[in-house]
Amino acid sequence: MVAQNIFFAIFAVIMVVGALRVVTSNNVVHAALWLVTVLAGAAGQYILLSAEFVAVTQVLVYIGAVMVLFLFGTMLTRARLGEETDLNNKTWILGIPVALLLFGTMSYALIDSFGDEKLPEDATVVSTQVISDQIFGPYLIPFWALSFVLLAATIGAIVLARKD
Amino acid sequence: MSALLAIDMPYWLQTILRVLGGTVAVLLPAGTIVYVFLFKMMSFMQSRLGPMEAGPYGSLQLFAEVGKWLQKEDLYPDRADKFIFKIAPIVVLTSTFLLVAVVPFGPDAWFTNFEAGVFYALAVSSVSVLGILIAGWASANKYSLLGGLRAAGQLIAYELPMVLAVIGVVIQAGSMNFQEIVMAQNAGEIFGWNGIGNPYILTQMVGFIIFMIAVQAELTQTPFDMPIAESELVSGYMTEYSGFRFLMFFIGEFATAGVFSLIAAALFLGGWGIPFAWFGWDSMDSIDNWMNIVGPLIMFTKMMVLSGIIMWVRFSYPRFREDQLQKFAWKVLIPVSLLNIMATAILKVAF
Repeated sequence: MVAQNIFFAIFAVIMVVGALRVVTSNNVVHAALWLVTVLAGAAGQYILLSAEFVAVTQVLVYIGAVMVLFLFGTMLTRARLGEETDLNNKTWILGIPVALLLFGTMSYALIDSFGDEKLPEDATVVSTQVISDQIFGPYLIPFWALSFVLLAATIGAIVLARKD
Repeated sequence: MSALLAIDMPYWLQTILRVLGGTVAVLLPAGTIVYVFLFKMMSFMQSRLGPMEAGPYGSLQLFAEVGKWLQKEDLYPDRADKFIFKIAPIVVLTSTFLLVAVVPFGPDAWFTNFEAGVFYALAVSSVSVLGILIAGWASANKYSLLGGLRAAGQLIAYELPMVLAVIGVVIQAGSMNFQEIVMAQNAGEIFGWNGIGNPYILTQMVGFIIFMIAVQAELTQTPFDMPIAESELVSGYMTEYSGFRFLMFFIGEFATAGVFSLIAAALFLGGWGIPFAWFGWDSMDSIDNWMNIVGPLIMFTKMMVLSGIIMWVRFSYPRFREDQLQKFAWKVLIPVSLLNIMATAILKVAF
């Protein structure tokens, strides 16, 4: 477990530095690339928890698709080279209480449900079959609900994009 | 790997051997593809000889070219975002090197036996888009930016049919592990006859064709080379790159062609295996040890055939238009691959 802890610390430092740089860098594309390092760090953490499938999904969905679309959008509209000064708007201070509230809620939920429980010493790899059994078994209704949300979003995007 | 040499190796030695093996498995196909197809086959198709001076039949031309690129100055545009400009080709090349990690070359000759190997390969290959996009942006050049944006649009559009085409194979094999997919193909039988195993190119022909078209587009090879269309965009996202960093893009392009051919060979052509019935093998443990030597050669042969097809198409067809490219992906390939998944799933349950 020592190696896991060392790598957890390395990934955590990378993620915290990356997250701070996302909000402090003066260039939209640089901020987006720092966000990529944060998401890649999260994928690394999943690997340490022997959740291969989730880690690979993180890379495929967030780095391979969401961030590419993000960069694509900013580069099409406004992504100048060099420093920019007007990236922050006046309401940035509101972000701090929201972030603290989110952090508090998640910490409470984690401590409340796991407490002093420790990860097993020899963590077995969570196979894809187990995850699919869970999704199409106990979590079928939430899965359907999410599918409908995605379908609604897709139809909404088509409606907005069509001119006729 | 240790069973391959029949000795016990410490973990660090195995790791070093695997990294070296991965480097060879990326660079050897890339060099062979460039010499055999780009230098020689293209030349013969265009009624010329190609390189003839360096070495016998110009076989050392590639080393001369690499030496030339390495000597050049590391140039970057004055207004470029220098750091991002410099790391962009490294991102592209890294995704290629990570991609080869899951390709199996024999019963024990693998770099890593990843549970969700197919899924990993598709995820890692999608990271190269990021490198291309930031290369185009950081070059401070309109043509580069347009090329980068075209590349991003194209690669996102063709990633979907690629993933969907592979799902057919995953359903049929019942696993996302490359070794198990190879096993399932070589141990399989066609209506009780096991003479050639059951390579999925027979049952997943539609998936194979969609996969190869999507690979062609992911590699931005003609007829899908809009991102580097030389008559419109000079050289697209590569315009400002020279010397060593251009070499990285160049290696990345052909190495990815080789690695994708290896993946297609493992998914659809039976991978490293020969039909197990020939030698009476029935499980992974009963396979003779010499397959670890023969397996890589079989993979290499299949890789050469598939990348030969990729290059043949590249030298034969004119370029698509941008709207035709997007329409083809979204209106033809994706619906067909969805139908393929449905048909495969129904037949899998029925039999």
